Amino acid sequence: MKPTVVIREPVVDDALDQCEARLTEEQIEKVINEVIDKETGGRLWTYINTCIHCGLCSEACHWFLSNDRDVSFAPVTKIKDTLWVMLKNKGKVDAAFIKRCSQIAHTECNCCRRCGMYCPFGIDIAYMILVVRRICAKLDMVPLYLQDTVHSHAATMNQMWVKPDEWIDTLQWQEEEAQGYVPSARLPLEKEGAEIMYSVIGPEPKFLAQLLGNITVIMKVAGCDWTMPATAGWDNSNMAMYSGDFEIMARVERLHHETAQRLKVKKIVMGECGHAFRGAEYDGPTWMGWMKPPIPIVHAIAFYYDLLVSGRIKIAKKVEGPITSQYPCNVIRNAGLGSKLQYIMNEVCEDFVDLIPNDRHAFCCNAGGGTINCGPPWKKIRVQSARLQSENFKRTGAHTIVTPCHNCHSGVEDIVDKYKLGMHVKFFSELLIEAMEIPEDLQP
Amino acid sequence: MYEFVSGPLVWIAFIIFIGGSLYRIFYMLQSSKKEKVVFPHMSLEHSVASLIHWLIPFNNQYMRQRPVFTIVSFAFHICLVFTPIFLLAHVILIDESWNISWWTLSESVTDWMTIIVIAGAVFYLVRRLTDPVVKNVTDTSDFVLLAITVLPFITGFLAYHQWFGTNTMLILHILAGELMLIAIPFTRLSHMLFFVFTRTYFGSEQGHVKNSKDW
Repeated sequence: MKPTVVIREPVVDDALDQCEARLTEEQIEKVINEVIDKETGGRLWTYINTCIHCGLCSEACHWFLSNDRDVSFAPVTKIKDTLWVMLKNKGKVDAAFIKRCSQIAHTECNCCRRCGMYCPFGIDIAYMILVVRRICAKLDMVPLYLQDTVHSHAATMNQMWVKPDEWIDTLQWQEEEAQGYVPSARLPLEKEGAEIMYSVIGPEPKFLAQLLGNITVIMKVAGCDWTMPATAGWDNSNMAMYSGDFEIMARVERLHHETAQRLKVKKIVMGECGHAFRGAEYDGPTWMGWMKPPIPIVHAIAFYYDLLVSGRIKIAKKVEGPITSQYPCNVIRNAGLGSKLQYIMNEVCEDFVDLIPNDRHAFCCNAGGGTINCGPPWKKIRVQSARLQSENFKRTGAHTIVTPCHNCHSGVEDIVDKYKLGMHVKFFSELLIEAMEIPEDLQP
Repeated sequence: MYEFVSGPLVWIAFIIFIGGSLYRIFYMLQSSKKEKVVFPHMSLEHSVASLIHWLIPFNNQYMRQRPVFTIVSFAFHICLVFTPIFLLAHVILIDESWNISWWTLSESVTDWMTIIVIAGAVFYLVRRLTDPVVKNVTDTSDFVLLAITVLPFITGFLAYHQWFGTNTMLILHILAGELMLIAIPFTRLSHMLFFVFTRTYFGSEQGHVKNSKDW
């Protein structure tokens, strides 16, 4: 088979470059065979032996479609250029090859699973990409910025090097902010036996602290019995899941769940983040053999939906003008919350202009799956490869794009910026604060 | 020669086909047990839903998006599977040997079905040679597999119409059929065996575990 023609602008990523210089072929061979033999089984074998090389998956991929149908971005090509070679050569490949594998698997695929849904056989290509990431991670071949977040998880048990005192301080600050709207609002820390533990991702206290204030107001208005942990375990994000470092992924997920158990809550409600839901609901529990989370996980979309349907929060005045929403892959295509998202949009917005394609067929923001965490070196190609979704946004004519996911939020901000869409990017909680009725007895 | 290819070789081909298929499915199931997720994730309800949406033409979004490919693929595979089973000449042969027979299609219908298989193969061949994505992931094995699949139909067609010496063509036809049977379990033609498993697993994972759908 002829090698794929790959044309890319050179990217300097210190971690990849240094790893390439250091890796020996013996190490590579050992790790590839170890992962293939011990960590994969019938699935990978069947997928490889069933794929008829029809290329139909390419039509599903926003990387392929956004780059003028460049074949080197097609999902099947990504498997050809990684696993097929590894399996054919029984692991005998060189360091430059592994570097290219990391580039493909970490920086040029979001594991959004749209291609799996478009494969006539249902071959889960994103799963195979995760196998490639696993091999790369075991060889330390992980983009610098992504690996930095993994180090942060390992050292601090949160993604953003947030120190324990900063965490508590931020929560108390945001409690005060919330009291500006609703004076009796509280952000209860360490309340054992509360109904809900609310968890967020590292970037919320780091640079989106107002979201913590928002949820404090929403919880008060809805009359929820909730708490947040004052200890590590508050962060539900998990970049180790995406780098391929599943040992650290498991440590993070275990601590998150154990913190909820320590607080004796009935459920965990998580902020607006897609990959965090995936890690806590699926990847973490299956890797650890729990199969299901010990305490139910409720994503913000499902939580807000329940609050609206049950009337615990009411909309005073719908947000005006055309508004659209991104459909985060990990909670829509891969968790089925699409109709709940649409319900919230219709309840909260005067004019919800839906994307085409929408729901589980919607395209990825191109920031998910850890690609945005690969950092500035890889930003150009990432945003360039989101062209398709930028056109879909533009067509809606909306003034605001709602993104109930942190990766989507940052990714869509990049899209708006690069393609000059002139749209705002907001979370649901920001819309709710704008539109929600604050009962008289709670008002300042 | 004719006696050999239409006698012992047929037995050998069928034994390898059936035995090989059972072995490959057994191996797949065994090695799937190694994984924590495969069996616990399977669900009958979502497996059936997935099959319904992917075995009925135009019953999922992707097929509607690609009408030509959908029509060609369904026509090709339906004719590929049903022509040999309901071909009058095949049923007569089995009837003569074992005194078992079943309903058959008329010869003109099977003739057209054969042409559809050959035309479908030409479509796939052209696609392999021209579509940049497919071309990039095509190697010799893909052409060989296509040839193995279509040869029994080309030779069968020629034998039926008695072109290029019936006896030779008949022997070639039988050999081609036997080759295809032997190849199914051990090449990527095994998608015939595995389709139902990959499809239902993905359908189950999407539906049962992830609360979503796969169509």
